Amino acid sequence: MKVAIASGKGGTGKTTLSTNLASYLSETTAVVLTDLDVEEPNSGLFIRGELRHSQVRNKMVPGWQADRCSLCGNCEEVCNFNAILKMGDRILVLPELCHGCYACSELCPTAALPMLPKPMGELRQFKAGKLDLVEGRLNLSEEQAVPLIKQTIDFVDAEFPVETIRIFDAPPGTSCPVIEAIKDADLVLLITEPTPFGLHDLKLAVLTVRQLGKPFAVVLNRYGIGDDKVQAYCAAEDISLIACIPNSRAIAEAYAAGELLYRGVPEVKAAVESIASFIQKQCRAEQP
Amino acid sequence: MKLVFTTKGTEWDSPMDPRFGRTEFFFVYDEESKEVQTYDNRTVAGEAHGAGPKAAQKLGEFGAEVLITGNGPGGNAGMVMQATGTSVFVGASDMTVKEAYEAYCNGSLRQPQRA
Repeated sequence: MKVAIASGKGGTGKTTLSTNLASYLSETTAVVLTDLDVEEPNSGLFIRGELRHSQVRNKMVPGWQADRCSLCGNCEEVCNFNAILKMGDRILVLPELCHGCYACSELCPTAALPMLPKPMGELRQFKAGKLDLVEGRLNLSEEQAVPLIKQTIDFVDAEFPVETIRIFDAPPGTSCPVIEAIKDADLVLLITEPTPFGLHDLKLAVLTVRQLGKPFAVVLNRYGIGDDKVQAYCAAEDISLIACIPNSRAIAEAYAAGELLYRGVPEVKAAVESIASFIQKQCRAEQP
Repeated sequence: MKLVFTTKGTEWDSPMDPRFGRTEFFFVYDEESKEVQTYDNRTVAGEAHGAGPKAAQKLGEFGAEVLITGNGPGGNAGMVMQATGTSVFVGASDMTVKEAYEAYCNGSLRQPQRA
């Protein structure tokens, strides 16, 4: 079972929900929390585990071999991302723009563009009690999050048995990194806040998961501020609103101290319990 | 010397475009022949990625030695301009092309720091 926590709007509680839900579930079942927000992974701030494993991850980018190049310009022609340019008598590769698609390399008539590894980030595995945490962490100034997100998911797939529940802490927004983080999920939980901005981005996130054909449900965070338009929208669209996490000072204080909330705040525990039982129901519905 | 301005129009009185890669026009001025040529760059809206380096490559094709713009190019375009040897002058956002040229001539535009 793969559960992705996504949001549309940033700062609505993806990491709060991911860390609390994963930790709660790990009390009774095998769970790996996977931080796929590789541009700013922060699940580790709340799950302070012991580092078990870390490795540098590379993306593959073309490396120009001047002596083999006939300067035909085909590489520039086939690149969709303007990541390779012919400048007079040389070829300039812009590694940050490269999506690692291999087109220039494979289609080079003189094999002058072999793909070479370039470090893009790090993958780290932690253990905190019964909970496993795997995070991808992109290097500063790297523009492409997708390759590292993919490699992080592949690592979890290879390292953990299929019965282990995977909780994916996704990046914000609705662009490529989010798609990569949720496209293999069995269930997507969209967390938002009851504000006009929260609702606006929730609608975009709903359009995204619907287009991907994913089962999904909504969690409302900071309940009590703003208005009731998120509830009205969910009711009108027949979307399951499965839990509300209240806006409270106690939660803000525990969060600021880097604590897991469900252990000290009864309303959060109740919300996490109802989300866990929703996931278990989905799990059972999935099995033949 | 050939200078390129990023502009929102094709006249000396047109306002500068502060953007580099996604500028509407390139206004190319040849100081020797006093000739002006302009290039419409608005098709760049269709490019999702790499507008900057693409524009920098175009500058190379113009044979421009100097770029005069508003905010200045980003890192990828900067790499290309290092390769073409184009000098960059920024800070001409709220000017017309003519004012930007005067500012360049009297030395009041600055060159961005290169990392």
